[in-house]
Amino acid sequence: MDTNNDVLILAIESSCDETAAAVVKNGREVLSNIIFSQIDLHTIYGGVVPEIASRKHIEKINQVIEEALNKAGVTLDDITAVAVTYGSGLVGALLVGVSAAKAISFATGKPLIGVHHIEGHISANFIENKNLEPPFVCLVVSGGHTHLVIVRNYGEYEILGYTRDDAAGEAFDKVARAIGLGYPGGPKIDKLSKEGNADAIKFPRAKVDSSEYDFSFSGLKSAVLNYLNSCEMKNIEVNTADVAASFQKAVIDVLVEHSLAAVRQCGFTKFAIAGGVASNSTLRAVFEQECKKRHIEFFHPSPILCTDNAAMIGAAGYYEYIKGVRSGYDLNAVPNLRLGER
Amino acid sequence: MKILALDSSGLVASAAVIDNGLTIAEYSVNYKKTHSQTLLPMLDEIKKMTELDLSTLDAIAIAAGPGSFTGLRIGSATAKGLALALNIPIIPVPTLDALAYNLYGSDKLICPLMDARRNQVYTGLYEFKDSKLCILEKQCAADIAEISEKINALNRETIFLGDGSTVYVEKLNDLIKVKFTFAPASCNRQRAACVGALGEELFKNGISQTAAEHAPEYLRLSQAERERLG
Repeated sequence: MDTNNDVLILAIESSCDETAAAVVKNGREVLSNIIFSQIDLHTIYGGVVPEIASRKHIEKINQVIEEALNKAGVTLDDITAVAVTYGSGLVGALLVGVSAAKAISFATGKPLIGVHHIEGHISANFIENKNLEPPFVCLVVSGGHTHLVIVRNYGEYEILGYTRDDAAGEAFDKVARAIGLGYPGGPKIDKLSKEGNADAIKFPRAKVDSSEYDFSFSGLKSAVLNYLNSCEMKNIEVNTADVAASFQKAVIDVLVEHSLAAVRQCGFTKFAIAGGVASNSTLRAVFEQECKKRHIEFFHPSPILCTDNAAMIGAAGYYEYIKGVRSGYDLNAVPNLRLGER
Repeated sequence: MKILALDSSGLVASAAVIDNGLTIAEYSVNYKKTHSQTLLPMLDEIKKMTELDLSTLDAIAIAAGPGSFTGLRIGSATAKGLALALNIPIIPVPTLDALAYNLYGSDKLICPLMDARRNQVYTGLYEFKDSKLCILEKQCAADIAEISEKINALNRETIFLGDGSTVYVEKLNDLIKVKFTFAPASCNRQRAACVGALGEELFKNGISQTAAEHAPEYLRLSQAERERLG
């Protein structure tokens, strides 16, 4: 293999409850993508426990890095640079990846690139869509984030809207818990919804007064809880499939409406989704259909690249690398890092 | 043999290089900046200042706990990354043992105290016998009253050190019935040179881990686990 001009990024991601490492070639070719998911450890607590996540990260970090190198058939000598998620996320969790990445960069003399977690999610779209190039609008939806972003160029972002309270995925988790589905809520609601009537219950589509593109899901969550309470008071049996489907539709309606309004206003012809909730099958189907109607090209990563992973950090890290972005050994974890900030 | 030693278990961030019984460099900072911002820049400074070729290192000694959970992980993740890249082993050094090692050769009872919050300390009891660090009470999380009782029962003059000895000075004055003193500024906090020197001894006695195996020894469950177990 002629590696003279190839840029190989070793990428590390530990911002929440997946310990992940990957080797990505030239930003778009994934040579390895190793994810250790801790989800089983957190299920009994009904959500991610930061201290437990951090402890697991430190136990697994070397194993996933070594596996990523082995699977890619490369050694650290072959690597061009090390990219790592340094925000946003859980500070204790981020620090494990950041500290390990800095140490590897220091020991090998390879450049270090701090990457924003959301930038990674957006860049996951570059991996399977070799022709996708900015500009486009991207909706990032996950357990921790709901961001509507204009991707002006590689590494250049403008946030159009974000959630004022709960993230979309967080609302899925909370509603799933309320109807007894347990954690993680997203996939469970997605599955149960298929058996329910999405028009059975009219839940509110929340708007944020001052901003056309911002989201709010806490009102919707409360409406679901109120509905469940009132059924209980009146001794009416709850059809959980109808609740799941109606709730999901309320979320998706708002996401679709805001996203497509943004694409129209920007005058772009491309739209992408990213993040854990982007795996939701109904969400994908609705976007597919609505984009087609409007002659908008619709992009989405496979589920494995929607979940937290390091390949996406490698893709984002590559574009930062070729722009000349380098981080110092004092790189710190920044839990509330804003997209586009350094 | 050449050992790189790190300690970020408490408020102090410290890095040192020990080469065949000699400290080549030691850099300690006891300041409010996070270890994530200080530890690697300190190492980089040591590397430049001493023209250190990292490939000549034989092992990395790390204060492996107990201590601040986050502090321990910053040190451990740094050690694990270095050891992975350099393909060398990690020597896990018990934090309190290394802290006690500050007072090498003392004929007094040595009691390192680290503030563990919630009215507890991480502590242990040590003495030097025939130039060897001997453990009388293995490092643990304990109430200050508990460790005080043990010290009183041993009825020996004691030296305290560590940030816990500052935090609990009034309680110690109340509880300790034997003669006691506090170690001076030169040797009353974590120092990577102690981690390295003790680490070298441990390594010669066959104690080491692979970089992948190593994880901190917290001596405490997470709060969520404690609450779940009641």
